[in-house]
Amino acid sequence: MLLSDCSIGKKAKIKAMSLADSFSKRMMDLGLMPGTEVQVVRKAPLGDPIVVQVRGYQVSFRMSEASCIEIEATN
Amino acid sequence: MKQTIALVGNPNAGKTSLFNVLTGTRQYVGNWPGVTVEKKEGWIKGLAGSMLIDLPGVYSLSAQSLEEKLAISFLLQETPDSILNIVDASNLERNLYFSVQLLEMGLPSMVALNMMDVAGSRGLHIDVRLLEQKLGVPVIPMIARKGTGQQLLLQRLAAEGPVRSALHIPYPERVESAIAELSAILGRSNLKLTPDVRWLATMWLERNDTVGQLIRSQVEPGLLQQLESVREASGAAVDQEIRNARYAWIEALLKEVTVQKKTVGQTWSDRIDSLILHRFLGIPIFLAFMYLIFQITFSWVGTALSDQLDAFFSGPVAEGLQSMLTGLDSPEWFSKLATDGILAGVGSVLVFVPQIGILFLCLSFLEDSGYMARAAILMDRFMRAIGLNGKAFIPLILGFGCNVPAIMAARTLEDQRGRLVTALISPFMSCSARLSVYSLFVSAFFVSHRAEIVFLLYLTGILMAVLTALVLKRFVKADEGMFLMELPPYRAPMLKSLLLHTWDKAKGFVRKAGTIIFGMSVLLWFLGSFSWTGLVPMDESLLAWIGGIVAPMFAPLGFGTWQAGVSLITGFLAKEVVVSTMGIVYGAGDSASSLGTVLQGAFSPAAALSFLFFVLLYTPCVSTVVVMKRETGSWKWTLLSILYSFLAAWVIAFLVYQITRFIL
Repeated sequence: MLLSDCSIGKKAKIKAMSLADSFSKRMMDLGLMPGTEVQVVRKAPLGDPIVVQVRGYQVSFRMSEASCIEIEATN
Repeated sequence: MKQTIALVGNPNAGKTSLFNVLTGTRQYVGNWPGVTVEKKEGWIKGLAGSMLIDLPGVYSLSAQSLEEKLAISFLLQETPDSILNIVDASNLERNLYFSVQLLEMGLPSMVALNMMDVAGSRGLHIDVRLLEQKLGVPVIPMIARKGTGQQLLLQRLAAEGPVRSALHIPYPERVESAIAELSAILGRSNLKLTPDVRWLATMWLERNDTVGQLIRSQVEPGLLQQLESVREASGAAVDQEIRNARYAWIEALLKEVTVQKKTVGQTWSDRIDSLILHRFLGIPIFLAFMYLIFQITFSWVGTALSDQLDAFFSGPVAEGLQSMLTGLDSPEWFSKLATDGILAGVGSVLVFVPQIGILFLCLSFLEDSGYMARAAILMDRFMRAIGLNGKAFIPLILGFGCNVPAIMAARTLEDQRGRLVTALISPFMSCSARLSVYSLFVSAFFVSHRAEIVFLLYLTGILMAVLTALVLKRFVKADEGMFLMELPPYRAPMLKSLLLHTWDKAKGFVRKAGTIIFGMSVLLWFLGSFSWTGLVPMDESLLAWIGGIVAPMFAPLGFGTWQAGVSLITGFLAKEVVVSTMGIVYGAGDSASSLGTVLQGAFSPAAALSFLFFVLLYTPCVSTVVVMKRETGSWKWTLLSILYSFLAAWVIAFLVYQITRFIL
């Protein structure tokens, strides 16, 4: 499943990321990397960008990036 | 002996608050990531000879935005004696990632563990002594906003000072052997860099741009070749392995040093966000905020205060000055200079201080509360349509206050194209100085439609910015850059900080009234009273001659008079000078309302409207031009912007005049 398809409130774990190099570096520096637990907190009015809870804080990015992040649901 | 301490940390971790507490200065603190766009220096109070340098916020040593690059080059090239790393205790995991990178660097360091109160309120208990032991440097718990922990920090800075950490993150074996190889090669080179060799090797391995450039510029080609091949052999995923190891180490550390005493379900920040970012209500709430600010500034509070100040200037102040001058038996020319020159010029501008103050107060509130980051998210979809991203919205909205900080704030953007375009379109955001011209004219000509006309002007400015961005989108090719925005928790703005910030901005306006505008008023009065032959009526003066040269250019716009010409020329110094110049050239004395009466005779309503559109759009003031040159680093773009805005202003004002002169 992709992070862009994840529904609000569900917890999930990142499986793989296929982003451009500079973007993926920044994502990883901010703590989003394979193995990290994430949760989509909410979506902006037009459904994009989304707000994601990760490592105890919230960060926002676009659906176009979320669709490059593969996740698997956790309980 | 002087020692320099660099204050570094993640954006929004409280650097500026700590800087203010330690140095006793009053830098502005906002609540959006990227408030410190320039580095600031100050002496630490109570620690002789220690200079604290406040650097822009940095998420990690792999810099993305311009300000991050500046901060990191500073750390590497002007190596400070030590580092004071500020860490947000309520957001430990991510903040510590940067700390770990810094500690690996090997400079003497100390950690200020800030926002202990926020962490506590979320039920997080931190074993500070254990954390100190694990990190290998002093860790001081603090609440910088309230000044708590400052004494302890000073004591420990004086007693032990920053310490070199022996921190050694264990990387996977493959990575470790690559680091060892690289370190050996670097050891043989004639590299002259202060940081630890192991750290340099790690940074090289994870392809850090800043470190890569430094190494390339210093290491001899043969060894460089070896460095490259070791990195090639280590594979493409190595930077992910390194980051993984750092975060894994931090996760393990946090398990040891923190206890989550209670779990807080939904924070009140979350609750506010579910309204502010609501699917249907989000945009209406945003528009309501903008409308509210506009109304408070323009209709409800600002104008009323300005009117009172105006009455005060034209009444007691003018009379007092008159009787004082008569009492002192001053020569007639001096009395005229004081009343018709200085009081008319400076007074007509000072009247607008309350309005401008109120506007800045509203903008400060948005910044302090944390709303700006939300506005960026709400606006991202719209900004994308014009080739920018939501983050660029923050500089633009600051532009309503003043274009200079707006252009500076463009530094927080990650992509160069976004920075350029944002800097170029910012001047179309109608700044508070222009508000004084609008106020003067709408009170004189359009009393029954004040708010509508001013609103229309603001809207035209925004539309011009959008149009310009669309045009630039075709010429400056690149992707729209990444949109990655941290959402800081909401914070109740502190009244003291709000007032301080507002005063800081309003002070600039008052200072300009005392310097540029005072000087211009004196100069204008002289130019307006004399010609080559001596004292003459103003219509025959040098000033009339100068204005007369440019006046024909404005005739098709409806205001081809020398007075309007002079006002627009002097308006290049600062837009509010248009008002003070008019105060003098129309011989209106000191009161804005009597100036309004004179203006009614000098402009037709259509010409007045056209003049307003021209002032909105034409060449930005000199401070804006200077900062635009500095930030874009290009005369080409700066000159183009000057020319373009002048032409745009002329065309729009022409259309406005030609259409409305049959209606109004």
